[in-house]
Amino acid sequence: MINKLVFQNLKHRWVRTVLSATAVGVQVTMILTLVGLSFGTLEDMSQRSKGAGADILIRPPGSSIIGLSTAPIPEKVLSFVGKLPHVAVATGTVVHPIGGANSITGIDLDSFSRMSGGFKYIKGGPFRNPDDVIVDEYWARQYHLDVGDEYTFLNRKWHVCGIVQPGKLARLFIPLKILQDLSANTGKLTMIYVKLDDPANLREAMKAIRAALPDYQIYSIAEYVSLISVDNIPGLKAFIYVVIGISIVVGFLVVFLSMYTAVLERTREIGILKALGATPGMVLGILVRETVILALIGTAAGILFTYGTRWAIMRYVPGSLTQIIVPDWWPIATLVSLAGSLLGALYPGWKAARQDAIEALAYE
Amino acid sequence: MSEPQPLIQVRNLAKIYRMGDVEVHALRGVDLTVRRGEFIAIVGPSGSGKSTLFYILGGLASASSGSVIIDGKELALMSDTERTRVRRDLVGFVFQKYNLLPTLSAQDNITMAQFIAGQTHKPETAAWFRRTLELLGVGHRLDHKPRSLSGGEQQRVAIARAIVNHPALVLADEPTGNLDTENSEVVLKLLRDLNEQTGQTILMITHNPEAAAYAHRIVHMRDGRIIHP
Ligand SMILES: Nc1ncnc2c1ncn2[C@@H]1O[C@H](COP(=O)(O)OP(=O)(O)O)[C@@H](O)[C@H]1O
Ligand SMILES: [Mg+2]
Repeated sequence: MINKLVFQNLKHRWVRTVLSATAVGVQVTMILTLVGLSFGTLEDMSQRSKGAGADILIRPPGSSIIGLSTAPIPEKVLSFVGKLPHVAVATGTVVHPIGGANSITGIDLDSFSRMSGGFKYIKGGPFRNPDDVIVDEYWARQYHLDVGDEYTFLNRKWHVCGIVQPGKLARLFIPLKILQDLSANTGKLTMIYVKLDDPANLREAMKAIRAALPDYQIYSIAEYVSLISVDNIPGLKAFIYVVIGISIVVGFLVVFLSMYTAVLERTREIGILKALGATPGMVLGILVRETVILALIGTAAGILFTYGTRWAIMRYVPGSLTQIIVPDWWPIATLVSLAGSLLGALYPGWKAARQDAIEALAYE
Repeated sequence: MSEPQPLIQVRNLAKIYRMGDVEVHALRGVDLTVRRGEFIAIVGPSGSGKSTLFYILGGLASASSGSVIIDGKELALMSDTERTRVRRDLVGFVFQKYNLLPTLSAQDNITMAQFIAGQTHKPETAAWFRRTLELLGVGHRLDHKPRSLSGGEQQRVAIARAIVNHPALVLADEPTGNLDTENSEVVLKLLRDLNEQTGQTILMITHNPEAAAYAHRIVHMRDGRIIHP
């Protein structure tokens, strides 16, 4: 019976219901999209790192996991590593920022292909000219590029020679030599990737490389990928907490306002219920149920919205961002929206519960 | 043999409404004793404090001074919980302005009263109640929301809601105020039958002398007092 009343109340003022639930939904989407973007972008980085096909990664001394660094590894290190036991392929890359969070990767196509198994070309093919650039499908979609198109970055005109399937190390490639010269890193590398003759020799090979290059950071790919996590991005966790905090406040305000007006509007009805013998607890219970339903509808809507934001991101900016759906966070988002909503219902509910019956019935 | 304890004993009851600096003396010392099983009509001009008296008797409003003993207990000394229990278990209220819940159908309004009283599933009352609804002529209108019912229909639904739980005391504030002669008669006979057959105590406010004639006793009010003409 209470549920019927709650349902009828929600239906009676359906615009209020829809707006409140949508607002709660936006708050939920805010959390879930942020989390989905963080996880998705990191997951994508991990996948691409794995997709390079390497077993071991060598980074220069004192560099951070994520972030762009210049190219301080002399090329002779590469040829030295290439001769170590169990090393099947060693290839070097240069990573250079091109504005924003974007970067371009210089590769030696020949050794890179041997390591990764080669690009899968959707359109076009490998580098032929010094101004050729290979992009992955997401990059091409985001920047509307096709094979043969002119593409300007680093103050130069480039030509797209191939569009490849995503998942191999980076999204934007030019020949290593060209990038080295262009970025004043001639003869230097940002990273070295090593593929072994047999992954079973990983330990032995790592030991040998560590012994030979004591100052360098040597990771197995598994180790490296495990370091690409929310915990290792400075500030990301704090940022997520801030968004959750804002979310709770927004949910609180939305539901507070919604329930407050509902209580004012229903002064008379609350009086009737009390005249029939309803306890303050029952009156409060009605508002709490209404709030919980609003929060749950809102959360469900918010979860649906994240499919929308994911679609929009994959459609328009797949080269920069990757969003995944993280069902693990659905319960957390639900709790956050319930917490905000119930806090918001607290004062209106208290006001309704202690309202004087006759005062309410005299309300015209 | 001593008299059985009266259901209601009102002594020197006063009620002052305060609206800002203005004080309205709605009741100025009312004395009234209502025995169990009585059917009393309260008549008096508009503004004489009849509704206010009902609100206080029904535990919906508190008195400014004086005493109301209901079922042996002083209302003013009751806790909120006890007063809620009085409203729920003892009193059936018919408001002058019906006061149906606007978002619920007529049927659900009645069911809500049963639900609050914890009497949703009482088959022995169901048949009686269905007959009563037919008698009141609202049996076929139960699926409608209050706003699509006429004033008279709302009034009769409100009456049905007030009596569905068989309260010991029915407080009816102008229950025939919006009814034609025929429906008035139905309602008055229903109240009289309830009074005679189940011994429910009934207090009814009315303007209509014909309606008042159904009662055992008529109490006159004027200017917040009971008068003896
Ligand atoms: N909630 C209220 N606030 C202020 N004055 C009120 C209120 N209710 C009733 N009154 C005043 O108290 C007096 C008695 O009203 P009421 O009990 O409704 O009389 P009746 O039912 O006999 O017409 C009237 O003067 C009325 O204006
Ligand atoms: Mg009145």
